[in-house]
Amino acid sequence: MDYINLFVRSIFIENMIFAYFLGMCSYLAVSKTVKTAVGLGAAVIFVLAVTVPINFLLDQYLLRPGALQWLNPEYASVDLSFLSFIMFIAVIASMVQLVEMVVEKFAPALYGALGIFLPLIAVNCAILGGSLFMQQKSFTAVTEAITYGLGSGVGWFLAILAIAAIREKIAYSNVPAPLKGLGITFIITGLMAIGFMSFMGIEL
Amino acid sequence: MAIDKKIASEEKEAKKKEMILFLSNTEEREHFLSKNNRKLLSDPLNDNNPITVQVLGICSALAITVQLEPAVVMAVAVMAVVAFSNVIISLLRNLIPNRIRIIVQLVVVAALVILVDQILKAYAYDVSKQLSVFVGLIITNCIVMGRLEAFALGNGPYKSFLDGIGNGAGYGIILIIVAFFRELLGSGKLFGFEVLGHKAAVAAESTGLYALGYENNGLMLLSPMALIVVGIIIWVQRSRNRILIEQNN
Repeated sequence: MDYINLFVRSIFIENMIFAYFLGMCSYLAVSKTVKTAVGLGAAVIFVLAVTVPINFLLDQYLLRPGALQWLNPEYASVDLSFLSFIMFIAVIASMVQLVEMVVEKFAPALYGALGIFLPLIAVNCAILGGSLFMQQKSFTAVTEAITYGLGSGVGWFLAILAIAAIREKIAYSNVPAPLKGLGITFIITGLMAIGFMSFMGIEL
Repeated sequence: MAIDKKIASEEKEAKKKEMILFLSNTEEREHFLSKNNRKLLSDPLNDNNPITVQVLGICSALAITVQLEPAVVMAVAVMAVVAFSNVIISLLRNLIPNRIRIIVQLVVVAALVILVDQILKAYAYDVSKQLSVFVGLIITNCIVMGRLEAFALGNGPYKSFLDGIGNGAGYGIILIIVAFFRELLGSGKLFGFEVLGHKAAVAAESTGLYALGYENNGLMLLSPMALIVVGIIIWVQRSRNRILIEQNN
């Protein structure tokens, strides 16, 4: 039951986009059509679901204060947590490279559509944000980290899917010229975020 | 023989010309703050603002704009990271193999961010606690990577430094404007000082605007309002500067 709760929380209440604004750059840039949005969203789900547990294990057995105890009890006082940024980003960058190669091989059309944004998943704040929030939440088991990574990925996917669908329709509306494109997208995202706040306090 | 000599002298002449060209080029070096260099600094503040025009770096920007103080600290931190990573990558730009440049950039940026994080923890612990993961997220701030890719890889260190400062400042300005309105309207304070008067529990003891029945707008404290404020900033900027209006869609 705890896992379902964590999953739902990370999708709706702690949504990466609507609660923390993480991954906004690619969210705004790739959400012009639903098709590319779905592709990027799926890639983000995958990368988050893989990197968060890997980084969890790294944190557990290498980085946090006293984590090296399993090697030798003498290392109980070693604290490598200042290295976590660099370790996390290295894991993420290599995972993204892997995803890029897989997508290029098996879905060349999607590869073309995602263009520059595929390598830029590496610098998608949602991915690093997922790992950093994982570190803050002090999970105890790797399954929790997997659930959290998957949940945040699905939340991000839902958000970009929704905004892409809205933007496809809004192209036909009569928006004031200075608000066209970016401005109205920001405001819609804000309104959607207010909508998502109604999920707050839901416990399963 | 004579032809050989002629060729040799022509070669000499050509070399001389090259030499002169080279020397004059270095002599005509751009002034420290020439027009071009000033443009690098001022462009990102308005016409080429990283947030409202280039759409970079929104990721970590908005969550920390509830109050002015963390926003200012964040702006300074980002400015420092962009400027110095620009310089470092610009110095290394001819040495980095193209295929692995993103990882190299990430490592340089991550090292700088660790420095910033440790400095903040040492000298501004409260603010560092408030910023929480968002200091770490400077690494993946699209402004940093965007400027490295778009500018530092093709320009010299000094220009890259100016570009970094300019873009950091452009980012900071938006951050500070958003934080100003959110803190003022949301909690009636600026930098933690009650500028609109004091709101007491008993209505009669309130001072300033609150004595007249003014209420804080709690909605401004919620995260969605940051997005809407940025949307409005974009609206205002684009109606003043019509070149920026998007033509299609």
